[in-house]
Amino acid sequence: MTDTNSPSPSRRSLLGWGGAGLALGAAAAGGAVAMARTEDDTAPAAAGSAIAFHGPHQAGIATPVQDRLHFAAFDVTTDDREVFVQLLKDWTEAARRMTAGHPVGEGAYGGLAEAPPDDTGEALGLKPSRLTLTIGFGPSLFEKFDLADRRPEALVDLPKFAGDNLDKNRSGGDLCIQACADDPQVAVHAVRNLARIGFGKVVIKWSQLGFGKTSSTTPEAQTPRNLMGFKDGTRNIAGTETDRLEKFVWVDGKDGPSWMEGGSYLVARRIRMHIETWDRTSLQEQEDIFGRDKGEGAPVGKAKERDEPFLKAMKPDAHVRLAHPDSNHGATILRRGYSFTDGTDGLGRLDAGLFFLAFQRDVRKGFIPIQRSLATDALNEYIQHVGSALFAVPPGVRDKDDWWGRTLFSKEA
Amino acid sequence: MRPVRSLHAASAIAVAAALAAITGCTEKSDAQDGDHVINVTATDDKCQVSKKEFPAGHVELAVENKGSKVTEVYVLFPDDRVVTERENIGPGTKQRVTAEVKAGDYQIACKPGMKGDGIRQAVKATGGKAVQRDPRLDKAVAAYRAYVQAQADETLPKAEAFAKAVQDGDLEAAKKAYAPSRIGWERTEPVAESFGDIDPKVDVREDGLEDGQDPATDWTGWHRLEKALWQDKKIGTREKDLAGLLIKDLKDWQNRVGKAEITPTSMANGAKELLDEVATGKVTGEEERYSHTDLVDFKANVEGAQKSYDLLKPVAKENDAALVTELDEQFAALDKLLDQYRPTPTSYDFTSYDKVGKADRKELSDAVNALAEPLSKLAAAVVK
Repeated sequence: MTDTNSPSPSRRSLLGWGGAGLALGAAAAGGAVAMARTEDDTAPAAAGSAIAFHGPHQAGIATPVQDRLHFAAFDVTTDDREVFVQLLKDWTEAARRMTAGHPVGEGAYGGLAEAPPDDTGEALGLKPSRLTLTIGFGPSLFEKFDLADRRPEALVDLPKFAGDNLDKNRSGGDLCIQACADDPQVAVHAVRNLARIGFGKVVIKWSQLGFGKTSSTTPEAQTPRNLMGFKDGTRNIAGTETDRLEKFVWVDGKDGPSWMEGGSYLVARRIRMHIETWDRTSLQEQEDIFGRDKGEGAPVGKAKERDEPFLKAMKPDAHVRLAHPDSNHGATILRRGYSFTDGTDGLGRLDAGLFFLAFQRDVRKGFIPIQRSLATDALNEYIQHVGSALFAVPPGVRDKDDWWGRTLFSKEA
Repeated sequence: MRPVRSLHAASAIAVAAALAAITGCTEKSDAQDGDHVINVTATDDKCQVSKKEFPAGHVELAVENKGSKVTEVYVLFPDDRVVTERENIGPGTKQRVTAEVKAGDYQIACKPGMKGDGIRQAVKATGGKAVQRDPRLDKAVAAYRAYVQAQADETLPKAEAFAKAVQDGDLEAAKKAYAPSRIGWERTEPVAESFGDIDPKVDVREDGLEDGQDPATDWTGWHRLEKALWQDKKIGTREKDLAGLLIKDLKDWQNRVGKAEITPTSMANGAKELLDEVATGKVTGEEERYSHTDLVDFKANVEGAQKSYDLLKPVAKENDAALVTELDEQFAALDKLLDQYRPTPTSYDFTSYDKVGKADRKELSDAVNALAEPLSKLAAAVVK
């Protein structure tokens, strides 16, 4: 949480923001509308505030990482292109409202008594909580709606990596929604309402909750620890590093296809950690495996977390050494993963681990070479990749007339 | 049946009663001035109305809160029953509240601070523009009432055949007669459930018994016999008695079902409730956990929902053509899917549900969700 003196606006007080159109809609929807503004509404994204939905890139990538995640992969069930395009438009409108802290449609109460409310209501009274909603299109979508010739070359079918034990019920999907927020209920509300709007057109294939961020895209912030107790991905790309974002994250016009310009590619991997055996591992071995010390997170032989690592000082199979750009011809990804715990596995062990999310300009120059390099990672004894998906993340929604996926589905693009 | 018994009894009836004469709703559309618009100015100590007499029919309250407290505005019958209301009207904001009112005396109440009896204004709705239900809806209700009665009438002989097989001690014949004896009940379950007392006697599952009820003595009805036939594989004196009791209780249903309170809204919501039954009981295989005849109930639930929908369709189509297109499509898709689980499109000899794999169950569940979501909007399309 950021330290700020200005009171964070509640979802309700935010109803007054965003122009007359939105305010009117909210007034009709919400019944009581306190028009009060917070004292300082120009403050940068304070905890609880709203993140801009419109922009050249989708929010939820370079955005400072929020605390919680609800990620959902969907399969498309309609074979009617128009119906699907309308869904994308309806979703965009709902996302526009929810990220601003408004309920969807005509709200959660006050409407026709005989009809179920448009919004499910559990986010009423909660702050926008820096909610971002990010859409991605999976390879299988391009087998539908005559999209085959629009499938980006970079949207490959991920190869099988050493140690993969993928569950098809936790892998793939025609499209995905990544919902990140500082309040878990706000993230869950967003996915739930989008899924509801999607009934009859799409079905949820799998979903994942993440309870704690494991990455930071804010250089001044500490790298959060994963469930193994280590800081990992210290050299992550920061949201402010425009040059590295251009170089490693955003798809450039000359990369092709043109509809992906300003977009990115998202790799999602559900990585189960064998945390019980990890916890029985000696401190020395744990530190050797990562190539960092546990307390500070400093690379082997260094004092501070962000000191430049000297890779040769680490064991040849140390995680940092194998994952480092210098070991992978400069391959660099923007990590945005979350820790998860989905109860227990029936054998008295926590079903826990890392829901790894990484954005990159080209997965063939990002995740794939890095993951290949990790084939000999000493960490592999303690982890197993059990879910996998790749999505083409289209560019941002420019303005109120724009919609998710327009550049893919419009003829002129 | 429903696992949580205490909730169901009131649902259909309550909605029916609320809508019998009066429809209260709120709208966001801009007001057109006219006879039917009443300006209500609420302050901390006043509740001013622009007119005290207005024509019966559609009325619209244009409420402005000029006070410092959050307020509420009510339209009340003389006995304080609520015609329509709007809560949480913040200081400085405007709200619109609409209602359909018959000729008669009413009160408009503003409640600054949302407490107490409020500041009252007596008003009067006059003239002949009383609320009249679309005659097509009256026809739909009458046709549905006939359908519900016919389902009960057709069920009795089938249930008697089932009971006879049990009383004859014929295990195989009883098993065969079990699922068919339930079809008429499952098609019209929300109406039967509206009586409250019949469903717990004939269609309760063991886990649906209330605290303090002993399964050995208090558990009656179809599912108790289902367990005896499939799980225990024996018919004793108790089972024979219970078969007789089932017929007695079903006759009670047959006698009373024609008098159930049915409205267009309860029909529409009943259709949705049938899909809820499918979603929570049948798709999971919980309803018929011993006989695995869940798909028979599933089909019957969908048929009952389709009946209500077909009867309401002409009116719904006028109010929301897109919804009707969507519902036609989703009913057809679900029917097509269900047909894959029976030998012919008229047979009720469905695949045993324990033979339906996880992926196929998900496909069925997805199809139910695809239909139930738009079906939840049918009531609004009927009363609009």
